[in-house]
Amino acid sequence: MRLLFSLLSGGLFGVGLMVSGMTDTVKVQGWLDVFGAWDPTLAFVMGGAILPMFLAWQFSKVTTTSVLGTSIPTPSDPALDRRLIVGSSIFGFGWALAGLCPGPAIASLSFGGLGGLSFMIAMLVGMYVQPSIRHFGLGARGIA
Amino acid sequence: MIPTDWIYGLIGGLMIGAAAAMFLLVNGRIMGASGILGGLIDGSGKANTKERLAFVAGAIGVPAIVYLAIGAPATNISNNMIVLILAGLAVGIGTRMANGCTSGHGVCGISRFSVRGIVATLIYLLAGGVTLLVLRQWLGLI
Repeated sequence: MRLLFSLLSGGLFGVGLMVSGMTDTVKVQGWLDVFGAWDPTLAFVMGGAILPMFLAWQFSKVTTTSVLGTSIPTPSDPALDRRLIVGSSIFGFGWALAGLCPGPAIASLSFGGLGGLSFMIAMLVGMYVQPSIRHFGLGARGIA
Repeated sequence: MIPTDWIYGLIGGLMIGAAAAMFLLVNGRIMGASGILGGLIDGSGKANTKERLAFVAGAIGVPAIVYLAIGAPATNISNNMIVLILAGLAVGIGTRMANGCTSGHGVCGISRFSVRGIVATLIYLLAGGVTLLVLRQWLGLI
């Protein structure tokens, strides 16, 4: 059952990304291009996505056990650190450069052609090497 | 902007949020694309490898079925390999360093008013805006 609902969540996530326009790199770059021809579409995507999740977090305060019996995580909110700030900056640069972030890269793998596949492989390599970065405490895993 | 774009954006967004809500309330897990994938890649997600694989299979497979059945929207992905590889490396390294991407920090973090989620989102949006300002508006490279 856990696997079935993981598959369903992934499927709904993927189709949502496809419908919303997040897999269109021009639209994503248009959203990030705040100093150019700004395209506000993605504000509706973010707003639409945050609403159900806000309700889910509220619900999780009432019921602390998930439908399949495991406890619902209650993430702490640790202090801001260098990893969060530097990592988010590097991510923002890459996201703007190609117009793809991890979710849409996964969702568009079947129709993104060689370009989408190349981005995906490079992204996986980046994920693999990140923990071994030895400088300025920016490697390894922090909170999961 | 075509007036219907935002309607698709809103509908797609609600689907993304519903997927995240289902993953939280049914499986008891937080839906972050970079976390789910990264845990498979660097071995940190060994405890629930199958669940991660099932999520990724759904996120690749169901859009593939939609694509084969009715087609997919244009991706307009760059054909410049240097851009794609540099961007992919940056997204992979950056999201794992920051422990989250648009889905984890943006959707799951902001919706519970997480300071880290909100700050991460503001930073990657700003970094993205500056990147386009420099590379597109000033240098005309992308």
